[in-house]
Order: sequence, then C-alpha cells, then structure tokens
Amino acid sequence: MRAWIRTSTSAFSQVPLLGWLFGALIAVALEHLVGTPLALALGLPKIPVLFGFVIMLKKPILIPSAILYVLCIYVVPIGVTTRLSISRTNRLAAELFRSPIVISVAVHLALLYAILHMWAGINDYRLLVLKLTLIAIMVTLSLNVINGYMGEFSCSHPGFMALGAYGASVFTVVLFVDDRLFGAAILPPALGPFMFPIALILGGLVASLGALAVAIPSFRTRGDYLAIISLAFMFIVKSLIENLEFVRGPRGLSGQPDWANLPTVFLWTVICVWIINNFVRCTMGKALNAVRDNEMAAEAMTVNTRRTKIVAFLFSAFWAGVAGGLFAHVLGYVNPGTFGIQKLAEVLAMVYFGGLNSVYGAVVGAVSISLLGEVLRPLEIFKWIIIPLLLILVMIFRPTGLIAFKELNVTNLVKPKQNPDEEM
Amino acid sequence: MPFLRIQEMSHDFGGLRAVHNYNLEIGLGQIRGLIGPNGAGKTTIFNLITGIYMPTEGEILLDGKKINGLQPHQIASMGVSRTFQNLLLWRHMTVVEHVKMAHYSKISYGLFGAFFGTSKRQREEAEIEEKAYTLLEMMGIRHLSDQVVLNLPYGAQRRVEMARALATEPKILLLDEPTAGMNPEELVQIMDIIRRAHGELGLAILLIEHRMKVVMELCEIIQTLDFGQVIAEGTPKEIQNDPKVIDAYLGKERPI
Ligand SMILES: Nc1ncnc2c1ncn2[C@@H]1O[C@H](COP(=O)(O)OP(=O)(O)O)[C@@H](O)[C@H]1O
Ligand SMILES: [Mg+2]
Repeated sequence: MRAWIRTSTSAFSQVPLLGWLFGALIAVALEHLVGTPLALALGLPKIPVLFGFVIMLKKPILIPSAILYVLCIYVVPIGVTTRLSISRTNRLAAELFRSPIVISVAVHLALLYAILHMWAGINDYRLLVLKLTLIAIMVTLSLNVINGYMGEFSCSHPGFMALGAYGASVFTVVLFVDDRLFGAAILPPALGPFMFPIALILGGLVASLGALAVAIPSFRTRGDYLAIISLAFMFIVKSLIENLEFVRGPRGLSGQPDWANLPTVFLWTVICVWIINNFVRCTMGKALNAVRDNEMAAEAMTVNTRRTKIVAFLFSAFWAGVAGGLFAHVLGYVNPGTFGIQKLAEVLAMVYFGGLNSVYGAVVGAVSISLLGEVLRPLEIFKWIIIPLLLILVMIFRPTGLIAFKELNVTNLVKPKQNPDEEM
Repeated sequence: MPFLRIQEMSHDFGGLRAVHNYNLEIGLGQIRGLIGPNGAGKTTIFNLITGIYMPTEGEILLDGKKINGLQPHQIASMGVSRTFQNLLLWRHMTVVEHVKMAHYSKISYGLFGAFFGTSKRQREEAEIEEKAYTLLEMMGIRHLSDQVVLNLPYGAQRRVEMARALATEPKILLLDEPTAGMNPEELVQIMDIIRRAHGELGLAILLIEHRMKVVMELCEIIQTLDFGQVIAEGTPKEIQNDPKVIDAYLGKERPI
C-alpha cells in the first residue's frame, strides 16, 4: 500500500504544467456538464461556489456532500486525467518546448484562461472573486518590488491604488459617460474599449507621480522612518480625495463603464507579471537587492542607488495604479474609504504570507489570502481572527513567507518533466 | 602625472580631526601601503577617496580631474574600486550575481530592455555573465558561483568581495585589510591574487594592512598614519627602522 502511494505520488511529480492544465480543464468542463445535477443529487442547493468551503461553514450538515462534490468534480478527474496522460502531455510539452518559447507560453496561458473562464462562467460571484484575485496579484507583486526586492517597508500602496483608481475613472467617466457631474460624453462609447488601456496607463502614471513623494525622501531615510512617511502618504491621498468635491469626495465616484471584463483583467495581470518578472531578473533589477542588502556596497560597485530607488518606487506605484484602475472598473464604483488601513493590512498580509522577493510568493499570497477572505466570510468577525493568526504562524515558522527568494523561470515552468522516449 | 593625487586633505567628524593634511600620489602599476594603529584614520581615507564622505579641506584628483563632491557610484565608475574592512556583501545574492552587479554602470540596455527583455538585453546579460565566470575562474571560486554568499566560509567571502571589486574594471583598487581573519593558507592565496591583479591588470593598488609581513612583501612605498597624520613615508626597510613608526605602531602591536 505504502509503496503504491509512493509510486503514484512520484508519478505525479512527472506531470508537466501542461498536464495539470489539461486536468483542470477537464474538471471545469465536467462541472459545466454535470455540476448542477450532481450538486442537487448530493443535496446541495446549487454548485458550491468556492470549492465547497463557504457552504461547509454556513451549513456544517452539508460538509460530507460538499467534500463529495469536490472529490467528484475536481480531485478525482484531475488526478485521473493527469495520471493517465503523463506520457502524452509530456510528449506534447516537449513538442511545444522545441518551438519558440513565446508559442509554448501562449499555449499555456490560453489553457489557463480557458480554465478560469469556464470556472468563472458558473456564476457572477465567482467571476467577481476571480477578477479581484487577479487584481490582488498585481498589487501584491508591485508591493513585493518595494518590500521584498528592495527591502523597504512601504505602506503607501493603497494610496497608489487610489490614485490609479481615480485617475483612470475620471478619464473614462469624463470622456465616455453621460454623467451629472462631468456632463455629456465627449467621445462615442464605441471607442471605449480601445481607450481603456490608455485610461489604465494614465492611472498608473498618476500613481507614479504620487510615488515621487515617497521616493525622494527614500534617498536619505530608510527603515521605520520611511515606513512612517509612506503611511502618511497613504492618509494624505485618502483625505485629499475625500476633500475633492469634483470627484464627489467621500461619497465616491460611480458610473465607470464595465470594460474590465475577464479577458482584460487577465491580460493586464499577465503583462504585469511578465514585466515585473523581467525587471527583477536582470542586473538592473537585481540592483534593488543590492540596495536592500547593502547600500554602501552597491554605490561602491557603481550602482546608482538614487536612480534605483526612484525607478523602483515609480515602477511599483505604476502597477499598483493600474491595478487600482482595474479595481474601480470591476466594481463600477470607487470611494476613498476603500483605500485605508484595512486595505493596507490585506496587501501586506498577501506579501508576507506568500513570500518576499518572489513572484511565485506574490501569486500564492494573493490567491490564498483572497480566497481565504471570501471563504471565511460566513464567519464574519472571526475571519479577522483566523487570517491574522495564520499570518502569525507563517511568520514564526517561515519569517520570509511561504515561497520566498525563488525566481520565476518561465522556461523551467513550461518544460516537459519527463523524457518523452522513456515510457512509463 | 600620477593617476590619483590627494592634496592637503583633511576631514573632521564633529570636533574630531580624523584625517589631517593627507597627501598621496600613486601612479598606475604602483602598490602603496597604508599602515597605522587602530583608529588612525586609514578607513576614513578610503571613504573620502570613494566619496562616502566629502573632505572638509583639500582636493582629490583622479587622472587630473577633481572628484570631491561626486557621488560614490560616479567615482566608482571612473575606475576606483574597493573592498571593505568588514566585508560588505549582499547577503541574499549569489556569488555570480555579485560579480555581475559590478557591471551596473556599463549596462546600456536601459529601462526598456529591463522591462521587456529585449534581445539587446539578453545579449548584454550574457556578455556580463561570461565575464563574471572568467573572473570567478581566475579567483578560484567558479564552483561557488550559484551559492548565496551567506553560506560561504569567511575566506571565500573575502574572495567574492575581491572578485566583485575587480569586476568594476577599476584602474585603482583600494583594499581595506584584505587578509583580516584569514588563516595562513588563505593568506598566501589572497597575496597571490593581489600580485596578479597588479601584474596582469596593471592596477594601482592602495593597501591597508595590519600584517607586517604582507605589507612589507607587497608594497613599494609605505605610509604610516597616526592620529590622522602621516608620520613616516618610505620603503619597507626605511619604515621598519623609523623610530617614530616603532613608537606609534610597532610598539603597540607586535609585528607578525
Ligand atoms: N562615521 C564616523 N563618525 C564619527 N567618527 C568616526 C566615523 N568613522 C570613523 N570615525 C573616527 O575616526 C577615527 C578614524 O577611524 P578609522 O578611519 O576607522 O580608523 P582605522 O581604519 O585607521 O582603524 C576613529 O577615531 C573613529 O572613531
Ligand atoms: Mg579601518
């Protein structure tokens, strides 16, 4: 028995990423086909939205049904298909691997998108959670650039998000929406989706501009003092927006056109991960690590530390701003209250839970804390006891987070895990 | 004309005059020694040359150009490199990353290349990497290239620092007690490396060193510093027999 378990788990270690994606695709397709009848047959009111966790917490009596559902729809199908197709998916992965890396990556991303699309197609709540999770990945990664890669403690990211959210929202609402505050639309709404990237980039640039207020003090201050400056920045942005009547102050700005559909959010997340991962892996990006580990040595080795800091802050703020823009358009409403200390706690939790100085860590942190936040929603107040408790445990046992200091190497990721010639 | 010329340089820390009317002329291919008891101001002189502090008085000329007031990284990219007395490595970075980082000022792919991973960047990074491996080979630490420096023994860390300093392709190298804490075997190796850096690369080297054996063997001319002032300057032989030096330095710490 034990030997059997060992051989079967070691077989799973040979499943290439492609195999897992195929397995997941089968699972979500299965859910589309038989999800509802199965759920009803098991006595569940409808398809469990987040892997059954929400329903388990709401109605403990349904725990066995929910577990059974997850087993039937996700665990068993994924396990069986990946296991059975190991040699085939490896051969396919090898084939793809021989073609230019771009093609291989594009195929993997297309599969991933298909999975997410189908998974989120079950209901609107899933779609919303998915979009917000993707946005959380962007914010976490951008904060990781400062707190992880450069080793400063920035508390300003909710502020950057707010700047991006308002920058992008004002742009789209003024230009494309008949609005009581800003008057009739200036451009035809049909142009909108093409202009949406511009709106997001604009939001990002506004955030970058704001980031100068933290970047310049960072030349002379480090550590706690800079953390306090950045915290002050966050509060200043918040109260600034609260006092700006032309964006309706604390009541918030609504009416953003719904251009932030899943493909758009997915694409921006991919671009964000790709660019940040490019940056942190080259010598110019590694200069952030040098500044973190020893600034004096960095200067002595010709690294322009001021430039490095400015670039890091502006770059990081840009992506937080883009994420903020997407956030505002996903919800169709934004108010300054959102970008306060609670948001900060949430993003910091994602960064430190997932792991510093690591793209994997940022993704893992953002996804797990986002999902956990949703799953634990039925527990209401206890949610804010369980999540911090988990964070404390991680900090005790892995002070740098779950997956810290691990480089994301795309080539290794899409590589076949088994020599296609040797048969299983 | 000497490559580095320092004229009447003084530096105060608050009320303490750490360096007083210091003069130095050093040409390419020369090795100079700087000795003196602890707290004499040797490290401060290095920090002044490399721009970490700005001299209160005096001038520092590099190749005829005045460099006081420039940022440390600017001075470094003009060909002044150094090691630190207390090993300032980047604790989470690997050995090869250290050496690659020292090429920072020569990177020409710019932010665009950094963000989008252009082919120009791939080419440049590959070149930098190749150079880094050659240097690590020369320093005898190629096999450690993917190790995080934190995990390395002390002697290896010293060598990484030396490799990193050489990777900036300097014309003058400032070594601050490079043999501190080394065992006799490591000592021989590091002396060999210094000789080769001098012989093969034709660098000017300014060496702060506590072990008399090392300075006496390597340096052509030695300055002795005490309370921020040069109290003696000359060949190893002259220095060894100078009563002032014996008084200030050799008297306090037995020569090795
Ligand atoms: N940053 C500083 N601030 C104040 N005093 C300093 C500083 N750095 C060095 N000193 C003082 O300057 C003197 C020379 O120090 P240093 O150059 O480190 O000596 P050495 O390297 O010769 O042992 C010492 O008295 C030391 O205490
Ligand atoms: Mg010293």
